[in-house]
Amino acid sequence: MIINFLFAAIKAGTPLLFGTTGEIMTQKTGNLNLGVEGMMFMGAFMSFFVAYHSDSLVLALLAAFAIGVFAALIYAVLTVSFMANQNVTGLTLTIFGTGFAKFFGAMMIDEAGGSPKLSGKFLKAVSEKAIPVLGDIPVVGKLLFSHNPLVYLAVAIAILCTLYLLKTRSGLNMRAVGENPGAADAAGINVTLTKYLHILVGGGICGLGGAYLSLINGGGIWNNSSVVNGQGWISVALVIFASWNPAKAIIGSLVFGAFSVLQFYVPKNIIEVPNAFYVMLPFLITTFVLIITSMRKSKEGSQPAGCGVNYFREER
Amino acid sequence: MKNEAMAIELKQIRKTFGSVVANNNIDLSVKQGEILALLGENGSGKTTLMNMLSGIYKPDSGSIFINGHSVAINSPEDSIRLGVGMIHQHFKLVEALSAADNIILGAKEKGFFLNRSRSEKIREISKRFGLEIDSEKKVYQMSVSEKQTVEIIKVLYRQADILILDEPTAVLTPQETKRLFEILRRMKEEGCAVIIITHKLNEVLEISDRVTILRKGESVATVETAGTSAQELTELMVGRPVELSIDHPETYFEENLLEIHHLTVCDEEGFEMIKDISFDLNRGEILGVAGVAGSGQKELCEALAGLLPVKKGAILYHKENLVGKSPAEIIKMGISMSFIPEDRLGMGLAASMGMVDNMLLKTYNEGKGPFVSKKAARELSKRLVKQLDIVTPSVDTPVRRLSGGNVQKVLLGREIESQPNVLITAYAVRGLDINSSYTIYDLINEQKQKGVGILFIGEDLDVMLELCDRIMVLCNGKITGIVNAKDVTKEQLGLLMTDASGKGGHKS
Repeated sequence: MIINFLFAAIKAGTPLLFGTTGEIMTQKTGNLNLGVEGMMFMGAFMSFFVAYHSDSLVLALLAAFAIGVFAALIYAVLTVSFMANQNVTGLTLTIFGTGFAKFFGAMMIDEAGGSPKLSGKFLKAVSEKAIPVLGDIPVVGKLLFSHNPLVYLAVAIAILCTLYLLKTRSGLNMRAVGENPGAADAAGINVTLTKYLHILVGGGICGLGGAYLSLINGGGIWNNSSVVNGQGWISVALVIFASWNPAKAIIGSLVFGAFSVLQFYVPKNIIEVPNAFYVMLPFLITTFVLIITSMRKSKEGSQPAGCGVNYFREER
Repeated sequence: MKNEAMAIELKQIRKTFGSVVANNNIDLSVKQGEILALLGENGSGKTTLMNMLSGIYKPDSGSIFINGHSVAINSPEDSIRLGVGMIHQHFKLVEALSAADNIILGAKEKGFFLNRSRSEKIREISKRFGLEIDSEKKVYQMSVSEKQTVEIIKVLYRQADILILDEPTAVLTPQETKRLFEILRRMKEEGCAVIIITHKLNEVLEISDRVTILRKGESVATVETAGTSAQELTELMVGRPVELSIDHPETYFEENLLEIHHLTVCDEEGFEMIKDISFDLNRGEILGVAGVAGSGQKELCEALAGLLPVKKGAILYHKENLVGKSPAEIIKMGISMSFIPEDRLGMGLAASMGMVDNMLLKTYNEGKGPFVSKKAARELSKRLVKQLDIVTPSVDTPVRRLSGGNVQKVLLGREIESQPNVLITAYAVRGLDINSSYTIYDLINEQKQKGVGILFIGEDLDVMLELCDRIMVLCNGKITGIVNAKDVTKEQLGLLMTDASGKGGHKS
């Protein structure tokens, strides 16, 4: 029972991990992109559309990443090149992305004459499989080595991003851009290029989060109304919970995943709470997390100092 | 010295911002192994000119030669590649990163991963130039002079042989300045070309080989340091003869105004910035407050003005305790205390309002009825413009459009107008040119003669020694000495500022 619960928590936390990692990459370079929800929505549609027509998981994931990059490109052009307000641009991107996915989603439904369904072959490719040998270990095998391929992908991306941020030269340069673009510029770093690169990669990773929602969580059926459903927003909050560290986001997404599946694992005969309470729970916890973390005062593990402010070299 | 080649040569440089001409027809040259001082009043275009060498701005016209070759500097990257290293007045450091990370930042080196051997190269450079640095310390935990050391090593790490320093001594104690000058001399011996921007004349005379003077965006003269004097330099800078001494009128009030007992104040984040200090302020006295930036000056002012809560201790005004009272209550008690904050357009005035509205900020609740009357404020503004020679298109022009000196006059004028008994000024002449500075000193002296008690938070020790009656030195939020300005030297003050007994590094 506990094992099943944790297993489900990992499953539910994975899209959040994608979204959070993507947003951390964006914020670390000094841009607050509130369009995660929209980028996930676009990724969700695009991957489903490609999977529906091609039956290929790789192509579906590439499509999700590409549309995420495209959405982030809109954001980057507006904020980095044209100095538009980051909050407004991000919010607009969320609205745009949601509309984009629902519009084309509806077209896809019309075309299929009913809710489109992914093929059995495809569903098999994304199903949960135990890794040989490792998967046979009791408890640990089930918990860690019996997931669908996207779970491993999410964890791998989060770990790679952490290493990149802390251990590489370009990771250091990128953190400097996020903290103090003026200093980075004076040190000879190309601020614009650095920002574009990481905003785009971040957007792509968010797109993958969307793919997870439509391909795995959706059970192979396109549902136009509730694909992403606030997960993008929770991801943005999780960035703070993870103190801008993708490795910590793994834990954070697990915790939030656990809250979102809690309702199925609390014995109904012992604790009786309306279902709506459980649905609300992750958002309530998010609120608390935001309050508690905003009381934190250390310089490390806090938002990059240059985050949210556009940089213009000649500004006086 | 290797040879007599020009390391940098600027010819007919021009730069405009909109309709403002920041630099016009500027010629300047520096040899290898030479230190050139760049002198000029505020707004004369020194920093703009140097920013064109460091790739922050691009010149509109004119040419730049480095080591004899004509070059185009389009970005800081270009400038670094050409061997130009600039140490900006406001340090370009990433606070959240360590010294070592800041130093290697953006350096074009091989390898995707950060190699940990970088600290060896840093150590080697530090040793060669006699610098000391803890390469793993985070920048936000550093004192100002440590940050400057990081900036210098950063430049040396990129093997720059042309070094530009923008007002490097503004924030240093005399001892730290001396050490910086030793480093600069060593760089000169190694054949580097150094340009130093400063407006402290004694430093120009001490360190430089030649001086180029800018006035209103143009280079007016270049002189050999050995054959010039402070008087001559000032005249070249201002364009006419200037009296270089500060009045020091004697006053004979024997009345105690403020008594501070065991005051302890925390800043907004809960750190104790003022620790158990006691002092008093008399009528007709200027009490100077000296100290390295961030020693608690800001917190002291704000606590006295009732803006920061006091943790412990008492502030007695004619034996009446002000602790726990709001600024409005303090004013209501008939105590008129004026505070001229260091951040003039942030805390002192509302930047986008005109003079009239800014005058009203202090008196708006004196009128009757729900509406404010602007008549009195308008008259007052007009009178101040006339009395203090404030240069402004009209009394309704937003004050942020005025120059620094005029903004300060507006603020000081408003505060003096309320006829205070206590006047607190923080960095009253920061960013002002020589002329405006002397006007401000005169205004302060005038108040002193009227019997006002003045707390003068300053940074230029030479000025404080002339202007103040007593000087109180803060270090790490503690008083390390209260001395008579007549009986003390700059060096002694410097020692007090860093507290020879040494209780850990100060935070900034």
